[in-house]
This record gives sequence, C-alpha cells and structure tokens, in this order.
Amino acid sequence: MNTKTADRIATGVFYCIALIIIAILVSLFYYILVNGLKNISLDFLTTPSSNVRAGGGIRDQLFNSLYVLVITMVIAVPLGLGGGIYMAEYAKPGKITDTIRSCIEVLASLPSIVIGMFGLLMFVNLTGWGYTILGGALALTVFNLPVIVRVSEDAIRSVPRELKEASLALGITHWHTIKTVILPSAFPTILTGIILASGRVFGEAAALLFTAGLSTPRLDYANWNPFSATSPLNIFRPAETLAVHIWAVNTQGLIPDVEEVSSGAAAVLVLSVLIFNLLARWIGSLIHRKITATK
Amino acid sequence: MEKVSSAKDRLLKSGQDWLGGEFRGKALVILCAVIMISATIAITIFLGTKGLQSFIKDGISLIEFITSKTWNPTDKANPKYGTLPFIFGSFAVTFLSALVAAPLGIGGAIFMTEISSSWGRKILQPVIELLVGIPSVVYGFIGLSVLVPFIRENIGGLGFSLLSGTIVLSIMILPTVTSIATDAMGSLPGALREGSFALGATRWQTIKKVLIPAAMPSLLTAIVLGMARAFGEALAVQMVIGNVKNLPSSLLDASATLTTIITLNMGHTTYGSVENNTLWSMGLILLVMSFAFILLIRYLSARRKL
Amino acid sequence: MATAMKQRPAETDLIQSKENQQQNMVLHVKNLEIFYGEKRAVNGISMDIEKNSVTALIGPSGCGKSTFLRSINRMNDLIPGARAEGEIIYDDLNILSEQINVVALRKEIGMVFQKPNPFPKSIYDNITHALKFAGIRKKSKLDEIVEESLQKAALWEEVKDRLHKSALSLSGGQQQRLCIARTIAMKPTVMLLDEPSSALDPISNAKVEDLIVELKKDYSIIIVTHNMQQASRISDKTAFFLSGDLIEYDITDTIFTNPSVKKTEEYISGRFG
Repeated sequence: MNTKTADRIATGVFYCIALIIIAILVSLFYYILVNGLKNISLDFLTTPSSNVRAGGGIRDQLFNSLYVLVITMVIAVPLGLGGGIYMAEYAKPGKITDTIRSCIEVLASLPSIVIGMFGLLMFVNLTGWGYTILGGALALTVFNLPVIVRVSEDAIRSVPRELKEASLALGITHWHTIKTVILPSAFPTILTGIILASGRVFGEAAALLFTAGLSTPRLDYANWNPFSATSPLNIFRPAETLAVHIWAVNTQGLIPDVEEVSSGAAAVLVLSVLIFNLLARWIGSLIHRKITATK
Repeated sequence: MEKVSSAKDRLLKSGQDWLGGEFRGKALVILCAVIMISATIAITIFLGTKGLQSFIKDGISLIEFITSKTWNPTDKANPKYGTLPFIFGSFAVTFLSALVAAPLGIGGAIFMTEISSSWGRKILQPVIELLVGIPSVVYGFIGLSVLVPFIRENIGGLGFSLLSGTIVLSIMILPTVTSIATDAMGSLPGALREGSFALGATRWQTIKKVLIPAAMPSLLTAIVLGMARAFGEALAVQMVIGNVKNLPSSLLDASATLTTIITLNMGHTTYGSVENNTLWSMGLILLVMSFAFILLIRYLSARRKL
Repeated sequence: MATAMKQRPAETDLIQSKENQQQNMVLHVKNLEIFYGEKRAVNGISMDIEKNSVTALIGPSGCGKSTFLRSINRMNDLIPGARAEGEIIYDDLNILSEQINVVALRKEIGMVFQKPNPFPKSIYDNITHALKFAGIRKKSKLDEIVEESLQKAALWEEVKDRLHKSALSLSGGQQQRLCIARTIAMKPTVMLLDEPSSALDPISNAKVEDLIVELKKDYSIIIVTHNMQQASRISDKTAFFLSGDLIEYDITDTIFTNPSVKKTEEYISGRFG
C-alpha cells in the first residue's frame, strides 16, 4: 500500500471518528428531547411528585435543585474567588503554594461519591443535622471549589499586567488594585466560569445522595419563614434534587410512570444545563463588549 | 506641591498601614486558601480513619478484604467480606471504557487540530462541550432505557452488564479525553509539522511518526484523567451494571463496582455496623486510587518537560 | 540630528553652575545594583537627578535603563526574584529600604508606561480612581482636579465634552496623555516615563514631547527613550547605558555633540544598538 493511499484512508478514519462523536451527541439529544419534551407540561413542572401513583410532577425537585445551587454558590463563590485571588496575586513560589496547588488537584480529582461520603460523615453525622440542604450545599462546595479557584486564578492572571502596574504606579495598594481594577477586568471570565460550574452542580447527584437525602418534606410555598419546617427556604430540611430524583425513581421507585417522569426530568435537566451554557456565553460576550466598548 | 510633613512621616511604613484594607484583604484570601487546605486534610483524615475501622475495630483481614471473591456480609453465622469482584469490576469498566474512549477521543482531537480545524472549531468543539454538560444520571437513565434493553434483545444476557457499564462510561469520559488531547495536540510547535512535511512525509505519516510520539505524555495524561473519572463514577454505572456480587465471567454478565456497591448499600446499612464500615473501606480504596491517579498524572507531566 | 537640537528651545539658562546643581537635585543614586535572581542587570551606577528638568536615559535594548527607571518607584518589587542593592536617596531617605511604604512612595514618584494603559473606565474615572483611594471624595474637588490635570496634560479641550465616555474610545496619543494626566492628578514630585511615545504615531508623539517640556516646570522628569532625536529634543541631561553600566552622563548637548566616551559616540551616531 503506498503512502498516498494510507494517508487517504487515515483521513477517512478521522472523519469517521468525528462523525461518530457528533452522532453520539445528536442521538443523545434527540432521545432526551423527543422523549422528554412530550412529558413536560406546566402541570409536570408544578405538581409535587408522588411515591406510588402515576402522574406526579417535579415541582419540589426543581425548586430544590435551584435552591441547593444558590446556597452552594453563595458559599463556594466567595471561597473560590478568595482562593483564586490568593493563588494569582499573593502566593509566592515555594512549598506552601505547591501544597495548596496539590490540595486543589486532590479536591478536583475526588470522585463525587467520595465527597458525598465525606459530607455524610461531616455534615450529616458529626454535626447531627441529618440530611439537609446546607449539608448538600457544603458537599457540593467541596466538589465545586477547585473549579472556581482555577477559573478565577486563570481569569485574574489573564488581566493585562499593564493595568495592574498602572494602578500600583498611582500609589494604590495591592488589595485596592485587586478590588477596583483587576477583579472588574476579570469579571466576565469569572462569571462565565461560574455559570458553567453551576451547570455541573445542577446535574450532580452522587454527592447529594447521602447529604441532602432522597426525600422532601411537604412544602408550603406560601411560607417564607426560613426557620419553619415546611418552608421551602429552610436550609435545614432534606431535599431531593432533580438529578437525584431521576436516579431514585429509576432504581428504587415504585411509581408506574418511571419512564415518563424520568425522561421529562432528564429533559428539564439537560435543557437547564444548556441554558446555563448559553447564558454563560451570552453574558460573557455582553460584558466583554460593554467593557471594551469604543463608543 | 508643598509637602508640609517630613519625608519620614510620609514615606516610612507605620503601624497604621497594616490596619488598612491591605492587611484585611490579604488575611481574607489567605483564610480562603487555608480553608481549602483544611478541607483536603479533613477529607483524607476522616475518610482514612473511618475506612480503616473495619480492619482495626472489626478485625477484618485486609488481605481477605481485597483478595477474597466472596461478599456475604449479611450471613449472621459466617459473614464474608471479600471485595475482589467489586475491585475487579471497577478496574474492568475503567480499562475497557478507556480502551473505547481513547482512540475516539484522540482521533477527534487529531481531527480538530490536524485535519479540519475550521470544522473542528465550529462543530466538534461545541459538541464536546455539550457532552461534558450532560449530567451523569442522564447518561445512566438513557443507558437504562435504551442500551440495556438493546443489549438484552440483540446481544444476549440480561442487558445489565459490564458491557453496558463500559459503553456508558466510554461516552461519559469521551469529552474529557478529547478536550485534553486537543490541547495537547494544539500545543505542539508548528515547526514539528513543517519539518516533517518538508521531508516529504504525508499528513498521516506526520501524525503517526512525529505528532503522536511528541504528544504522547500529554495524550496519556488525557487517558488517565478519563480513567480517573470512570473509576469514580457512581450513579450512571450503578443504573446499568446490574450490581451482583459475583465475579463476571463475560462482558454480558452483570457485575458491580466499588462505587455502585457504596451507592446501593450506604442507605440501607446501619451506621457503625460492620457491613457499613466495609463500605467506608471501599470509599478509602476510591480515595487511594484517586491519589494514585494524581501521582500517575504527575509522573506523566514530569516526562513531558524532558 | 544637529538641526534637531537647534530647534529646541534655548535651555542654556537652565543649565546652572555645578554648585547650584548639587542643591538642586531630587534623587541621588549611589552604587545601585539590580539583580534578577542571579543575573545582574544594573552594575553599580551612581548619578544625581536634577529637579525640574528632563533627564533622558538612552542605550540599546537590555542595557538596564528601564530596570533602573522601574527601581525608582519600586515597580521592580512586582517581579519575583528582582532585588536592588545600593541607595537611591529621595528627600533624605533611601527609597530602596525595607522600611519604605511603597504605596506612599509611588504617589510622589509617578510612572507612565510605554503602552498607554488607561483603565477600562470613563475618562473622568481614570483620573479620579487614585484620588478617591487617596481619600478625596468631594465632587467639586474631584471635578477641579480632573480639569486641572487634563489642562496640564493638554487634553482638556479634546475631551471636556465626553468626560464620562470610555477612556478606551480615545486615540493612542490621547490615551497616553490621559495616563500622564492621571499621574499629574496625584501631584507627584518625580515623573518616570518609560518610552512614553514609542507606541504612538508621529503627531501624537510630537504632542507628548511638547507636553513633557511643558511639565518640567512643575516636575522632575526621567524618561527612558530609544529615540535619540527625542532625547536630544526634550532632555536637559542624558545618561547613556550599556550592558548595565552607566557609560556617560552629561548635559544633553555635550552628549550629542561632544561625548567624552567613544562608545557613546558610536551609539548616538547609530553604529550599534
């Protein structure tokens, strides 16, 4: 076989591989959306789920997913941002910095089930809280922290050095320079990263099984007192999220309409992640345009 | 610009500077770094001590734990705590899925960087990003409702099998492998390609003889990261693998992995019981393996610098 | 080059007797050595910088002139592994000392960089950014300083109607004058200019040069430049650097017409560098 033929065959093979990857995505989306969208209705989104009967919805799970996400981000973003600022601006090359970098690497590579087990040990048993939204959010914080640290560190490092020097040369302290010059410039990139990370948190289930639990108490959406047991805002109540719900109905559920409920829920989950992705791109480019606007 | 105060007053450091925002800011970000370190240490220590309890407190032999094929913790008279089938299952799905995902992922990466970068950027790149975004339970659900019945009807067995687990994991780690491999191929110096083309090599010869060997350590890193993800994945595998306690004898046999057994049993065993403790020991194996993957990746990136 | 010097405003009256100069110094540099890790970038230089004059630092790339300039307001502190030995005396204090509050120092010794680097904010905010940090909050006071600095930087007429537009909408030359204006607003004593017009077109360059000559009434200016015509046009004294050494430092006219060191002559006549 001459080399020309081999080259052509190889090129063909690479095109095939690309097509296979594309075909996988297209068929996954096709399946999720075609099967899912017909099960999504306003009713599906606003009815509570049922443990035994058909026709249950995903109202509480959807709310729980969003609420756990918000609580997670409220904890993880300041921590991760602080860590990123430290790594990009204050850390000096040396043992301590290497240690922190190793810690981030370890946290990033922990399987989410292991983080869930740690959460069970720390935030469920040791604190005596039982399954709670807060415990789930803290476990997800561990899971999410390395991502946010990396995103913020990279974003801060990519701020042009000239801007930082300009501010420092004017007699402004390092911290004030970080707050008023560096962070605003890095903001679009950080925000984009955070929204993408949110998508990941939104779909995460394994870390929540043993921390936020598999059940949701009866919620009264008119009750806005975060300390009341029936309030959706109570962070010390168990909460089954959408992703956990899909797993639970498929593996231990008793309802007859498993297929309908889970394909609907899967579609909602995937669409949400898709929205997060698009939102991240859109906001990123919007703010980028605003900051570099020439008019 | 009359400076009333003396240079000493204006320019020397004084205690006051340290009470200002600079100190507070620095303290704040250092605190964040400390929390990260503490979290890592806490995870290692807590899971370490908890995971060792079944050996220390319950007296299970470590050798038996990892080499015995019999798992029967509920037998009151003669409980058996052999986790070999699960360890085998974990490694089997990990290696098999890497075997499927590596050629596809590296092939996709080469397509994007060497064959058609415009197509790659416009179509394949977003495809990969979307695949990353699909939650693992969705992969599991599709595996359960499409793959399992398909295998049962067309290939044989129950459908719940090592094969199903492998396929689901392959698709899950494909985007990880592809995106890291793409970075690796993309960061090769252009001179490598030009040099090879200048010698009259075809594109395929260049890829095979020059580019892949040059990028090898990074490509291996991509595969190892994919394997690490596969090894730790729980729910998607648990939904399709069948979760039986026996060693599988073929790809079509149902099986179990460490993660699936933990997922399945953590909820129904009493906290502190022997069976529960063995689950934590399996968690410790996962933790140790994730350290091992990190070391492997470090070894590979050290080779890359040479 | 000779004609270029003739066009320069007569400055002989600014060149005073040696004794007078000694009292008229703003900075005394003594045996300054600067290292990047193991590598020495500046080899023990000593020179005095005159008040209210323009001192030009010339020399080929990598000769240490920018490194020296950046050490005067401690911007080298940002570079990991950089350290300086020797003394730079400013107002009777060695500003290289550990005891120095660099933040306060940089207010008095301002710096303008090679590439215009306005903040991605409005023109107005670019100037008030550091003022607000320094504790000036009153709107009327801020307005006043903004106008004054922009006037001094010869930018006021061009931007007075769009102070709240983004600074990035300005041309390169305007951006650089804005950077000068925001440094002026801090009322520094010394201004360090690191090749301030090398990134600009000839017209903007001329404007910046005129501005520098104008500014020396109020400030002591040290300018690094690659452009020897520029050095001869605007500076009072010129220092020639080569491989980390200060080769020759004298009145600009002397350096350009009658240098005492052969290397200087070779460099300014374009034989190397």
